[in-house]
Amino acid sequence: MAPDGATPMSASPEEGRDRRTAAGDTALLARLRAGDEDAFLTLVDACAPAMRKLARAYVRDDQTAEDIVQEAWLAVLRGLESFEGRGSLRGWIFAIVANLAKTRGVRDARSVPFSALVRDEVERDDPSYPAERFAGPASQWPDHWRGFPAVWGEHPEERLLSSEMQSHIERAIDMLPPAQRAVVLLRDVGGRSTADVCDLLELSEANARVLLHRARAKVRRAIEPYVTGAAA
Amino acid sequence: MTNDMHCKELVELSTEYFEGALAPADVARLEAHLADCDGCEEYLRQMRLTQEALGRIDATAVPAPGRDRLLEVFRAWKQEKRTPREE
Repeated sequence: MAPDGATPMSASPEEGRDRRTAAGDTALLARLRAGDEDAFLTLVDACAPAMRKLARAYVRDDQTAEDIVQEAWLAVLRGLESFEGRGSLRGWIFAIVANLAKTRGVRDARSVPFSALVRDEVERDDPSYPAERFAGPASQWPDHWRGFPAVWGEHPEERLLSSEMQSHIERAIDMLPPAQRAVVLLRDVGGRSTADVCDLLELSEANARVLLHRARAKVRRAIEPYVTGAAA
Repeated sequence: MTNDMHCKELVELSTEYFEGALAPADVARLEAHLADCDGCEEYLRQMRLTQEALGRIDATAVPAPGRDRLLEVFRAWKQEKRTPREE
């Protein structure tokens, strides 16, 4: 349906599902502005769970996160006419959530300041693999793989799109420490640029990349047994 | 050469590599290592696949909780939008 050159992984473009392309967004946006309820529900289904996860990175309880999501939808509707279509619709919505959640998080005395979470997560020793996956200093090949990572097979893309795998990925996101969760949701799920992520979360680029890397590494590790079939 | 990249170092640099934030000298070291290491090649592929999968977690979106309440909000917005225009 939509020209799909912008996304490298589009083996099975289900109709109307790929909202990451500008063309898909443009069509959806036109329907939303015209008051199309199906278009709105499509957007809600695609964004609401991740919005809640993002809000939850800032505030301590689910109810406050839910309030932020509700408030964000009102802001989305109010801003719909003026949305310029720079970046993805989902990324724009996530930015609204991040801004609201930030304000709320600051106001909410119970929550830990986001900057403290960032510092804690960046300073913590948190390797992508446990040290024992690599050969020790006395070996012939120190710091090389003891055994290679299990291969994911020829074409894992299809499997990664299955609804079962999607729920594993969602669960992995839920398990991330808050700052890593916020960064990966904005950058990878929402498709915002690194510069945007740094502005929104008040992060240095170096810290944003550390958090992003740790988040991706954890998600990779969490889904690995399901991709390789080891969890079956 | 003592400056060769090891697997343990490479696994921590994948994001900087993908984001184009790695210094040219380190890109060269990383790519030299990659040419000889199937394990690291597979690891980088998995990190890229993970990143792409994260970008598509709505591909099988299920009905979100609270969507009925949000639909009411949408209808109210539509109403509000229509009213001033008809005047």
